[in-house]
Amino acid sequence: MSWLSTILIFLPVAGAIVVAALPLPRYWVGSLASLISLVEVGVWITSATKFDFGSSALQFDQRQSWVSDLNISYHVGQYAFSVWLVGLTTVVMAACVIYGWWVGRERPRAYFALMLMTTGAVVGVFTAQDLLLFYAFFEAMLIPLYILIGVWGGADRLRATLTFVIYTVVGSLLMLASIVAYGLQQGTFDLTKIGPSSSTWIFLGFVAAFVIKSPLFPFHGWLPITYRESPPEISAVLSGIVSKAGLYGLLRIAIPKFPEVVADWRVALLVLASISLVYGSLLAWRAPDFRGVVLYSSLAQSGLIVIGLLANNDLGFDGAVLQMVNHALMSSSLFLLAGMVERRTSTGEFALLGGMARGRPALATVMMTVGIISLAVPLSTSFAGEFLILAGVFQQQWAWAVVGATGIVLAAMYMLRAISAVLHQDVGSAVPDSALDLRGGELAVVVPLVLCLIGLSAYPNLISGHAFGANKAIVQVSSDTTKLSDATCTKSANGGACQTVMSYAIGPALNIDEPAAWTRYAP
Amino acid sequence: MIVKPHVDWFALSPSLSLTGIAFVLLLVAVLVPRNARKPVAAFLAFGGFVGSFALAVLLYDRSATATTAVHDAIFRDRWAALAQVLLAGSGAVAVLISYREKMREEHIAEYYALLTAAGAGMAFFVQASNLMTLFLGLEWFSIALYVLTAIDIDLIGSLEAGLKYLIVGAVGSATLLFGSALVYGATGQLSFDQIGAAGHAHDAMLVAGLAMVIAGLAFKASVAPFHMWTPDAYQGAPTPVTAFMSSATKIAALVVTYRVLTTAFPHDQRLWTAGIAALAIISLAWGNIAALVQLNMKRILAYSSVSHAGFMLIGIAAASPLGARALMYYLVPYAAMSLGAFAVVAARERELGVPVTLRNLAGFGWERPFLGISMWVFVLGMLGFPLTGGFFGKFYVFAAAYRHGWWWLIIAGVIATMISAYYYLGIVRAMYFRESAELQLAPARGAPNRELLLSAGVLICLVVTVGSFFAVQPLIDVARHAALALPFA
Repeated sequence: MSWLSTILIFLPVAGAIVVAALPLPRYWVGSLASLISLVEVGVWITSATKFDFGSSALQFDQRQSWVSDLNISYHVGQYAFSVWLVGLTTVVMAACVIYGWWVGRERPRAYFALMLMTTGAVVGVFTAQDLLLFYAFFEAMLIPLYILIGVWGGADRLRATLTFVIYTVVGSLLMLASIVAYGLQQGTFDLTKIGPSSSTWIFLGFVAAFVIKSPLFPFHGWLPITYRESPPEISAVLSGIVSKAGLYGLLRIAIPKFPEVVADWRVALLVLASISLVYGSLLAWRAPDFRGVVLYSSLAQSGLIVIGLLANNDLGFDGAVLQMVNHALMSSSLFLLAGMVERRTSTGEFALLGGMARGRPALATVMMTVGIISLAVPLSTSFAGEFLILAGVFQQQWAWAVVGATGIVLAAMYMLRAISAVLHQDVGSAVPDSALDLRGGELAVVVPLVLCLIGLSAYPNLISGHAFGANKAIVQVSSDTTKLSDATCTKSANGGACQTVMSYAIGPALNIDEPAAWTRYAP
Repeated sequence: MIVKPHVDWFALSPSLSLTGIAFVLLLVAVLVPRNARKPVAAFLAFGGFVGSFALAVLLYDRSATATTAVHDAIFRDRWAALAQVLLAGSGAVAVLISYREKMREEHIAEYYALLTAAGAGMAFFVQASNLMTLFLGLEWFSIALYVLTAIDIDLIGSLEAGLKYLIVGAVGSATLLFGSALVYGATGQLSFDQIGAAGHAHDAMLVAGLAMVIAGLAFKASVAPFHMWTPDAYQGAPTPVTAFMSSATKIAALVVTYRVLTTAFPHDQRLWTAGIAALAIISLAWGNIAALVQLNMKRILAYSSVSHAGFMLIGIAAASPLGARALMYYLVPYAAMSLGAFAVVAARERELGVPVTLRNLAGFGWERPFLGISMWVFVLGMLGFPLTGGFFGKFYVFAAAYRHGWWWLIIAGVIATMISAYYYLGIVRAMYFRESAELQLAPARGAPNRELLLSAGVLICLVVTVGSFFAVQPLIDVARHAALALPFA
């Protein structure tokens, strides 16, 4: 029993309440919120140093019965990959909170309280080990984001919030129906105890929520308007962190809990992921504005990560986790940079931009560095992530790797086009000579993110080698199962009679939740 | 020589205490000087509801085994006692909301007298154990509510609303009465237990009676397609009355529906579960779709209450202890959210002096942070978002439907929730995403009143709405004990 996960969730929530309640002047509200988000990063660093990455077991876990009637509990804890996802959340959120402070958002008490609430909710998603708790945090993310976009967003923000909310609510309610069915079927909602299911409908309910959140083609309809109309730091949060909640859901729930169904649907999902990758890259290449490039590249990247998750081998899973962290850092820095450019030129249209490198060395250097890393140049961390994913999926079926490689070529095309359209070429009509280089505050926000990327480029194995404990994402589950005697037969929760025990040989399984126990279960 | 039945005064106490206060309030209307009448009357009414609340809690505590009392006219059990607790709580909050409502001073004590009388009628109604007391209780609180709806003769539409409510309500009562006559004709019995024992499945007259009893109760619970009076009555009635109607009437009607169906009609369970499920789906569809196009806040909340009736009927359709738990649990956050939302509407109404619409809510959330955040929470609760009891309410009725094997009811509920997101979040949008400068309000006569009592009422609702999310298990335990009183096949 450890309080660390709980502290990571509720420290920002408590901070949000303090920020909202204390009648501080504007400047102090922002600095207090920034301080809280930095303390959160500190707590995460402490937790990461205490984490035993050699073990694949759940750590920092805490369990408290909540609704014993239906076996629902407050159960939080972290696996090795959760640590990295929590880490990217705290780091990116800190950058975005500080950016909001630096920009000086209106109605600061509400703004910073909602930002801190978002932090707590996302950390909750990545640490919840109970389906109901997971759902609660998954929905709780939406509440502050809805207001953040609707109040501080651009001109067309009302339509943006509506689109965003309708898509996400549809997905998450389908997931709720699945959770009800799955949890009652198994008699528990605890993710570490719940057995695998072979129900396609339940699986699809979960997947609907996750592929909308990630998003994957053709469920990305909310993406363009939401990312364009949000304030830049909220776009950074959405694409950097919130989209990872969907990918995490695939990794934590959809793939390990539905081994057979995933096998049936693997090709279909891989097709969607491949289309997302190629189509997203093409859209990014043709996008008329800076944010357009970044948002469609997010679609492409989430396709790539899903390909890694479905490769069903060590390389794919390790690469997917690494790439999740990479993409969070890259896309949030790019969205923040887009915001910084827009502040100077009041537009993101490539037709009106250009030539910003001249006389603005800091902007040019930072944007160039992030851009080069995100087009997966060799020796960069995203090259490592994408290489692992492609190598993994190559073992599955070489054709998918070819599609993935095409996506990487396209990445170079759209990213270089974006950089050139902003930094080089002739000076755009919207770029005033007086537009300043990046200021100290902006550098303080974006440079740490870039340094994280450079650090990971030097040692990507920090994540890819420490995501599943003992460097093994997959364990082989033996196919010989012992026939259960009547005495040990698991009774279903509704007091039903003992069902016939069927044996399943599931072969390779994700190295979480004691996969050996899954070889036998009563469907 | 007439044999007098033994009267269990304690079993009647939640209802009798309120009746007593109602009579005292009528005296207040005559005896207390005009300038002191309002505080005295409000204080007495509040005290009456709190007293009734306390008595109902005691009654719950001391009625572990379900019995009938007063010559088998009423039930003394935890199912009724728990409903009385909720009813009395709703009444107390309604008094807090009512205090500052602009009303003719000569009516003020009568207003509270009628409010307590309605509460007393409902407290009696939920205990009813035969067809006579059922109808008596129904008429008792209905007549009080008809007058309450029309009491503000200065308010445009109040009288019209009262008349509509009276006519449609009378149709409902008549349906219930006719149904009761058919049931009596088929079985020769009045008490629910004996009807249950004497009835045969698929007896045509009994089934016709059953259908009419369900319809009669559905009028009161504003279940579609028997909800026609709801939007008009809710819109026209003084807002505190609407708040009370939307929470208390629904509690009483749904709790009694569950009791009547399980106790008197166990043999036709397959029939009525299907019927209730159909009503649930109609309510979910109609309530949510009609709410989409409303602009008036009270009408939006009225249609939302129709859709919530649909959700709660899912718990009834499950016809299981889990379903009964789900209904009782759902009623707790529902009553709080509904009272709270109407309280916030009342506050805005008093501020502007015109009916509250989505348009003139603009900027409200920023001007009144506490009320704005509260409304936000209530709306999210109605939508079934986590961090509010509304989430577990929906979760439990879905769970009950799943256990019953009716997964399609879950799908219906999920689709209804998706639709409802549009108008519920539209309220949040109206409060926060628009500036009040857009309204071009006429200059007000000074700053609006800081309504301490109304804020206290909203705070209570807020605590219950959020608290019921965290304290699910204690509430479910209470509901489980209450559900033991119902016979499930």
